[in-house]
Amino acid sequence: MFKLEARPTPSSLMGALSPLLAVVLTVLCGAILFIAMGKDPLAGLAVFFVEPIKDLQGWSELGVKIAPLLLISVGLAICYRANVYNIGAEGQLVVGAISGGAAGLYLDDGSGGAGIIALVLLAGMAGGMAWAAITAFLRDRFNASEILVSLMLVYIAQLLLSYLVYGVLKDPEGFNFPQSKMLSDKLLLPILIPETRLHFGIVLAGAAAVAGWLYLSRSISGFRLQVGGMAPHAARYAGFSSRKSLWTSMLICGALAGLAGVGEVIGPLGQLTPSISPGYGFAAIIVAFVGRLHPIGVVFASFIMALFYIGGELAQSRLGMPSAITGVFQGMLLFALLACDVLIHYKLRLDLGGRK
Amino acid sequence: MTTRLELHSISKRYPSVIANDGINLTVEAGQIHAVLGENGAGKSTLMKIIYGAVKPDSGRVLWNGKEVHIANPAVARELGIAMVFQHFSLFDTLTVAENIALGLPSGTRLDELERRIEATARQYGLELEPQRHVHTLSVGECQRVEIVRALLAKPQLLILDEPTSVLTPAAVEKLFETLRQLAAEGCSILYISHKLDEIRSLCHTCTVVRAGKNTGVCDPTQETAASLSHMMIGAAPPAITHVERAPGEKMLSVKNLCLSKSHPFAVELKDICFDLHAGEIVGLAGVSGNGQQELLAALSGEDARAAAASIMMQQTPAGRLPPGRRRAIGLGFVPEERLGRGAVPEMSLSDNVLLTLQTKQTIRHGFVRARVLVERAAQIIERFKVKASGPAALARSLSGGNLQKYIVGREVMRGPTVLVVAQPTWGVDVGAAAQIRAELVALRDAGCALLVISEELEELFEISDRMHVIAKGRVSPSIKTGDASVALIGQWMSGLWTQDASEGRHVQA
Repeated sequence: MFKLEARPTPSSLMGALSPLLAVVLTVLCGAILFIAMGKDPLAGLAVFFVEPIKDLQGWSELGVKIAPLLLISVGLAICYRANVYNIGAEGQLVVGAISGGAAGLYLDDGSGGAGIIALVLLAGMAGGMAWAAITAFLRDRFNASEILVSLMLVYIAQLLLSYLVYGVLKDPEGFNFPQSKMLSDKLLLPILIPETRLHFGIVLAGAAAVAGWLYLSRSISGFRLQVGGMAPHAARYAGFSSRKSLWTSMLICGALAGLAGVGEVIGPLGQLTPSISPGYGFAAIIVAFVGRLHPIGVVFASFIMALFYIGGELAQSRLGMPSAITGVFQGMLLFALLACDVLIHYKLRLDLGGRK
Repeated sequence: MTTRLELHSISKRYPSVIANDGINLTVEAGQIHAVLGENGAGKSTLMKIIYGAVKPDSGRVLWNGKEVHIANPAVARELGIAMVFQHFSLFDTLTVAENIALGLPSGTRLDELERRIEATARQYGLELEPQRHVHTLSVGECQRVEIVRALLAKPQLLILDEPTSVLTPAAVEKLFETLRQLAAEGCSILYISHKLDEIRSLCHTCTVVRAGKNTGVCDPTQETAASLSHMMIGAAPPAITHVERAPGEKMLSVKNLCLSKSHPFAVELKDICFDLHAGEIVGLAGVSGNGQQELLAALSGEDARAAAASIMMQQTPAGRLPPGRRRAIGLGFVPEERLGRGAVPEMSLSDNVLLTLQTKQTIRHGFVRARVLVERAAQIIERFKVKASGPAALARSLSGGNLQKYIVGREVMRGPTVLVVAQPTWGVDVGAAAQIRAELVALRDAGCALLVISEELEELFEISDRMHVIAKGRVSPSIKTGDASVALIGQWMSGLWTQDASEGRHVQA
């Protein structure tokens, strides 16, 4: 019936169109999913794609989700362009949250101020970088697969966080709940729109996207990184160091993921808890690819992913759907994207010849 | 004699170009048939149509008198058509035998296949180790794998795309014997080449293609090289005038360069000595896989393990310097692989300038000055007559010859004092090759010291002032091109030269 035919050259049109097609397919599959579960598909989709953006409150909540997704996916885009497959941004986020949160608890004397907040953010970035540096070091020194190492370090980071909030960082007056003391309001990121939770993190994320775009498209360091990713032999010929690319891309990504982590702690959470992130570090991998590894493309992809997060929460309360619904939508989007990307290198042809 | 293959008015158009425009071709059984044409003339498309890799828009294909539709290469192979591509389709991480097994029915026993490969390779004088991994092979060795793979299928029609560029003169003769023997057994051969002498000595018939159209069918033995070349490009290629001149200052000196293997199948470099002087072209002949890759990497800085003083750039010990530092002190380097090493395929021509030009001119405060790169790329395109849509064209969109012109141009424009060029005209058509050689000679006349590493002896004899030969990781003494003969160099290529330096070594001025 249908036949896949190799294109002589990859289609740049499909390269841009494929993420859109993937979103459409995800919506269709979502509708089928709602029907299969006995829900009204239109009402179900409305919860995902209309409800979250109905009012200012909805938009501000989207912004809260976009901030960490965008920060991490910009970092991941830089890594993947350098052919460094960092899968462990979630771990870098968690360690960023720990180091930033701990710094916040240490510095918190109720006075706060921009200087202290900046210091806390820097501590978070340093934590993320340190965690990413472990992966970079093992890759550099022992040629260990960065995919496996960074992924396994996620679980270590999460257990480290649990150990700390059940232990030394536990609020002494917290009735033995596994969470830290609440940080004072003066130490939290400023709220941009009164009466909402939208905080300064979204500005940092936007700045990171612009900076990431400038870095990749304009800077010599970004150029070296991408040559190393696209053509390692050409990079060696030009004299670009692959070790430098590895370290640069891992540290940038670690810093951004760490920033996302500490942004959650001194943003919507206000304290350290055993679960800092609903899988932002993993969702950002999908975001990076849906955004075509382009720092501006990931802005749009982050928006879609944030919709899935909010929509998933609403679907639980409004429609009685299980909490796994967000993950299901994320998975469908990734699957649809991978399927649609086939069309970049192949075209679909209807074969009505009927031979064989 | 039956007609093995007939093509009637084959046409194929691509969005931007008509690759084939009503081409006719008739190949008899047992005939060695040359297809001659410049790069971009449509030869490759035509061959891909015969091999089923590309579908023609119109036209008929007759195989042994019957009309056929060759839907894909598998159908072509079933009919008995085998092809050796100019660009190899081998997996780097697999061994030679595993690569060949990929094209065979599953269940082929690898050990038995290895024996068959060795037998076939020996029969046709193509040295090959079936257990070696492909990433450790040189370009020349990869081609041998492709040829042996094609021959294993015992084809009725064998298509060869520029097959001899990586063989020694003796091996070329041996291959020709093989091809003649195959033809005598009834196998037809389509032979794509730009080497007019080879076509004249080997082929029975020659079809000339220019700009997608037939421009003639002739008996190459009745033609001269000049008349064939005229049919192909519509004009005579520029001739190179050889001027004897005294060599200038010593610019690069390699002394007792030794380098251990960087991987198990590498060639160890042993005690290599040679000098390059301003205003001379030194040719380095040799069969591929005799240490050329290793020597090149040591010279370019891609392999910076050599003793610092074993490579002297004028007064600077350069053996341990990275590539960027060597460029800064005047070295230029054109590698044999154009795509993926000399240029990044997915990047624009202007971005590719940046690979070897990272100076204050192109970079300011860590940021790339895109406008300067575009201007530079436009200059290269104009000065070296590169056929490209502009500085924004992706490197991979250029034909082999045009990309090579671009890369050579890029390095020449940097104004190097020493230029090392590997295989400058590998798979490049006559017109572009002549232009590239002329540029190299012009650079020599401007006072640059050049080392040209080539497996094409003809080329080295044409442009070099002196020659060395590399064999088994050692470099021979130098000999003035005027004093050398193909027979002598051929003998040296087997590693047989007199070690007595006072007798053989060229007296340095």
